[in-house]
Amino acid sequence: MNVFRFVPAALPPRAFAAVRGALFVLALLPFVRLFVLGGTAGLGANPVEFVLRSLGTWTLVLLLATLAITPLRWLTGWAWLLRLRRMLGLYAFFYGTMHVTAYVWIDHFFDWAAIAADIVKRPYLTLGFAAYVLLIPLAVTSTNAMVRRLGGRNWQRLHRAVYAIAVLGVMHYWYHKLAKNDLAQPTVYALLLGVLLGVRLLRWLSRSSRLPVAAAPAPCQGRRDSPANS
Amino acid sequence: MLITASPDVKASEITPRGVYEARRQFLKAAAALAFAPGAAVARQALSTKPGPYSTMEKATPPDLVMSYCNFYEFGTDKEDPSRYAPKMLRTRPWTVQVDGAVKNPRTFGVDELLKLAPLEDRVYRLRCVEGWSAVVPWVGFPLAELVKRVEPTGSAKFVEFVTLADPKQMPGLRAPVIDWPYAEGLRLDEAMHPLTLLTFGMYGEILPEQNGAPVRVVVPWKYGFKSAKSLVRIRFVERQPATAWQKANPDEYGFYSNVNPERDHPRWSQKTERRLGTDGLFARRRPTLMFNGYAEQVASLYTGMDLMKQF
Repeated sequence: MNVFRFVPAALPPRAFAAVRGALFVLALLPFVRLFVLGGTAGLGANPVEFVLRSLGTWTLVLLLATLAITPLRWLTGWAWLLRLRRMLGLYAFFYGTMHVTAYVWIDHFFDWAAIAADIVKRPYLTLGFAAYVLLIPLAVTSTNAMVRRLGGRNWQRLHRAVYAIAVLGVMHYWYHKLAKNDLAQPTVYALLLGVLLGVRLLRWLSRSSRLPVAAAPAPCQGRRDSPANS
Repeated sequence: MLITASPDVKASEITPRGVYEARRQFLKAAAALAFAPGAAVARQALSTKPGPYSTMEKATPPDLVMSYCNFYEFGTDKEDPSRYAPKMLRTRPWTVQVDGAVKNPRTFGVDELLKLAPLEDRVYRLRCVEGWSAVVPWVGFPLAELVKRVEPTGSAKFVEFVTLADPKQMPGLRAPVIDWPYAEGLRLDEAMHPLTLLTFGMYGEILPEQNGAPVRVVVPWKYGFKSAKSLVRIRFVERQPATAWQKANPDEYGFYSNVNPERDHPRWSQKTERRLGTDGLFARRRPTLMFNGYAEQVASLYTGMDLMKQF
């Protein structure tokens, strides 16, 4: 029995608004928490490190959450999940921006020469910086107007960069932790990302092997705010 | 009514003062352990005399030094050692085997070791390879005091320090982060240097478990990981010993690991540091000093060496 059928594939507008509102608040909590901890001297012995790492961790979590939407939709059949994806993606960009801001501001206090040297010389920083730079065009083109301007196909092509961004992000974390051989947590992120990308690959392979049958133009599955489905 | 000494209690049944005080101390410590996090435990105070080389800089608040630790035997998170070590590490009975190329190899009980020389207060800067620093008032005596008593033979050129590796007491040993047991090493002249401290306490009290109880070494001009904790063996050897981090990652961690702002870690700059407790969220990083500010005392140990290559 398919337990997911108890939730409809299309939620009533009010139910969907409630789900989206709850997710918005939930994703904001890690950011609010930093201010609460900062106000109560709860950031520990090394507050800068705490803030930097927390923001980095949540960037990765939200990137993976964004990438989990499509496989979850395949699994559950809940089409409305797709309409949460943009918010999660923008949250990943928000936390990434705060992570970079914390690095530039509270860690290096706008010492641009030191920052530039760091990014060029340290592979883990190069990877992280590349991931963030690639994330910018995706955030900029996240609006409905930009989707229309680019056209669904181009938009989709551009937004496939998120796969590379997630890989770069996990590598950034991995190489950072490698310095102390402390790979337990990066391994968890790498495995999750492997699953999320692996299911896509499997589906793509099984589809392309059935290509002659599936070659007929598929009926439009897109919803107004979801031009892509991968 | 006339009050007289009760004849029912024999003198032999009266608990001697020392014993009941020890019991009360134990109960207090047990209660503190049960109801408060590790940092709040009342620890045994040590009687000390002021030692040389102390910095006048402000000491880092003890709760930070006790809660922000790298002691991977208890886990890789900074909070893991304070979470697990006070509950799991048994520091008595404890012995330290001192052997190798020495005339008088011996196994010391830790309480015997502690009485080998007068304990001194030494307020040292501590610089971690990760880019943070602290100021810690240690309690101990120069390692040289121990070295002199065991009399190294002519072939002893290096000293190896080995940390306890007991999976029953150390949950972190499950992870293969290090080739356990943790081992560190010094050249004999570094070990004999008056700054090198065999350490039993900090902040005037016995060492907290998470900071390397019951006995550790402190080498203030080197990155913190050179100062091995919870020692069970000190061995005098002819050849440079393989050290834990050097084995784990030879490109990133050298045998000497002297604090050196010019010699970057491959993953980050070592030019600056952040002082725990003092440097808040919006403070700038402070410059790191050559040999962690102890150049005047130790630079001569390394004359003629290329410290960029022999790092």
